Amino acid sequence: MTITDDRPAGHGAGGPEPTPTGRRAWLRAHSELGVSALLAAVGVLVVVDTLAESGAGTGSDPIGPRPVALVLGAALLLLAVLLTIDILRGGHGEAEGGEDVDLDTPMDLRTVGMLAGVLVATAVLIPLAGWPIAGTVLFAGATYALGSRAFPRDLVIAGAVSLSTWVIFDALLGVDLPGGPLMGVFG
Amino acid sequence: MDTLHLLAGGLANALTLEHLLYAAVGVLLGTAIGVLPGIGPAMAVALLLPVTYAFEPTGAFIMFAGIYFGAMFGGSTTSILLNTPGESASVMAAIEGNPMAKQGRGAQALATAAIGHFIGGMVGVLGLVLLAPLVASVAVDIGAPDYFAIMVLAFVAVTGVLGASRVRGFAALALGLTIGLVGLDPISGQPRLTFGVPQLADGIDVVIVAVGLFAVGEALWVAAHLRRAPQEVIPVGRPWLGREDLKRTWKPWLRGPFIGFTFGAIPAGGAEMSTFMAYVTERRLSRHPERFGKGAIEGVAGPESAASASSAGTLATMLTLGLPTTAIAAVMLAAFQQFGIQPGPLLFTREPELVWTLIASLFVGLVLLLVLNLPLAPAWAKLLRIPRPYLYAGILFFACVGAYAVSGQPVDLLVLLVIGAVGFLMRRYGLPVLPAIIGVILGGDAELQLRRALQIADGDVTTLVSTPLSITVYTIVVLLFLVPPVARLVRRRRADQEPERVDAGV
Repeated sequence: MTITDDRPAGHGAGGPEPTPTGRRAWLRAHSELGVSALLAAVGVLVVVDTLAESGAGTGSDPIGPRPVALVLGAALLLLAVLLTIDILRGGHGEAEGGEDVDLDTPMDLRTVGMLAGVLVATAVLIPLAGWPIAGTVLFAGATYALGSRAFPRDLVIAGAVSLSTWVIFDALLGVDLPGGPLMGVFG
Repeated sequence: MDTLHLLAGGLANALTLEHLLYAAVGVLLGTAIGVLPGIGPAMAVALLLPVTYAFEPTGAFIMFAGIYFGAMFGGSTTSILLNTPGESASVMAAIEGNPMAKQGRGAQALATAAIGHFIGGMVGVLGLVLLAPLVASVAVDIGAPDYFAIMVLAFVAVTGVLGASRVRGFAALALGLTIGLVGLDPISGQPRLTFGVPQLADGIDVVIVAVGLFAVGEALWVAAHLRRAPQEVIPVGRPWLGREDLKRTWKPWLRGPFIGFTFGAIPAGGAEMSTFMAYVTERRLSRHPERFGKGAIEGVAGPESAASASSAGTLATMLTLGLPTTAIAAVMLAAFQQFGIQPGPLLFTREPELVWTLIASLFVGLVLLLVLNLPLAPAWAKLLRIPRPYLYAGILFFACVGAYAVSGQPVDLLVLLVIGAVGFLMRRYGLPVLPAIIGVILGGDAELQLRRALQIADGDVTTLVSTPLSITVYTIVVLLFLVPPVARLVRRRRADQEPERVDAGV
């Protein structure tokens, strides 16, 4: 990667960067620009989709379904620009704290990815194996991803939570959760 | 007179065994979940939504009211014993309550908080009883242009006043509005942002959005930064108060509710502003301001009673105008809509029994809260030791139960994950969650009112500013835009003059 200093002029006012190792470091320090990109992308999506999908107003509905959506799309694009300007001027969105949040540690995206994977697996498993099993996988998988390694205990707790939830919701509260093939034997 | 009659009817209804049970379960569940670190009142209500699907609306809302008050109280227990407040409303409880706990006065701090919540809640609900029917009867006559104006005010107020960065606040609002746009347009029936996916035609269910933003987003965010070293929990005995403490607390207890109710009722107030204002008031009125920050019991009493009163104020606005001023109210509004009930001025005439039973059970819930929580405090404190993997696995688990229960489609879990990812990004880059959820819930309604107003006026845009109320409201909106920058300017000038003066530091 070639080292090019293409920082915008406005940024230099804040003093020299501590680690001027080129474009990559700059991007890392300004990853918030991704939010601007997201806003812009959503804005374009809203505008394009509105023009393509919905029609104009009618006599009884003078403004129709389009204008509000178009205004929103334009607002998203405008906000993307404003946010970009703010970030390039050195603005920062403050990460949210909390009881169990330690902001001094770097982001642990591996855990987040594992949790996301567990959620997807649950969605796939529910129609196949029913809620009690899918829920057990979800709970046990999440505890594993979050760093618990108490092997038999975690699985037992997961199974107990999942099964009792299924019983309470499906049988007592009347909220329909599929039992799956295994519960068919009992039910 | 009529109000008293209706309230008595509601009380008789609330005191049936079944409804008492709902209230007790709600208070206990709410407190337990509120005490759990990482779960604020809004997430508590969102996660418990599916539990109430099985009940008739009255029972469900009695439970919600209990959960609401319980979770508010539970949150302050956490801040007093852990010193890392989970939600902004209990920041003040941490500032004075935690030093008290460290000095061995945790029991007194908890008792002050519990009684403060009781008194604040009582005064606040009394205010609700007196004011809500009045507001509702006036609000019955307001038309579509006024409604639209009030909703614009709500959007601007929750976005522009709270939070450090307005650009980020409005970005969150816009994202919320976009999520609310998905589905068939209610007037013309034309699809918007559905991309031809049939599941999206009905829109994205508000419950999934709420659970995704609050529960999944939070769990993923905490997972990325999970504190590995366990935190120290201060052990605590049974709460009690001595005579000297009572002498110091009774005035703040009584002052707090008036501040709390007012700021809870207006958009952009909420519990955060209420507790902050109550804290500042107590510090200013105190003869010993030097005690503040080192465990001043007044600094627990005032904000805590203000917190409960602000919940009542929030409910007043939500029930009479259908306008949520806080995240919890937004989720509760979504719950009302799930039951096919539209809060607003007509609610008091259409569903008097539901409304008055709900209000009466607020009183009942507060009594239960005090009676149950004083003796149970040591047990609640034990909840703080729950291993974090189980806690956050449990949050994800119940988030999935809630999202799946909405319509029984596994696809909803993927939608949940995507919205959770949005919630994660918002926490990472400081976009506030409240404007987003308000945008999702009120966005469709605001558009409906706008188009209805224009329908009636044959497309004449000036109809939007044709009534005194709408003009007043837009004036407030403009002021909200102008006041913060001006205030900042004034403050900067003043800071130049007396540089040693430091603000509350929150």
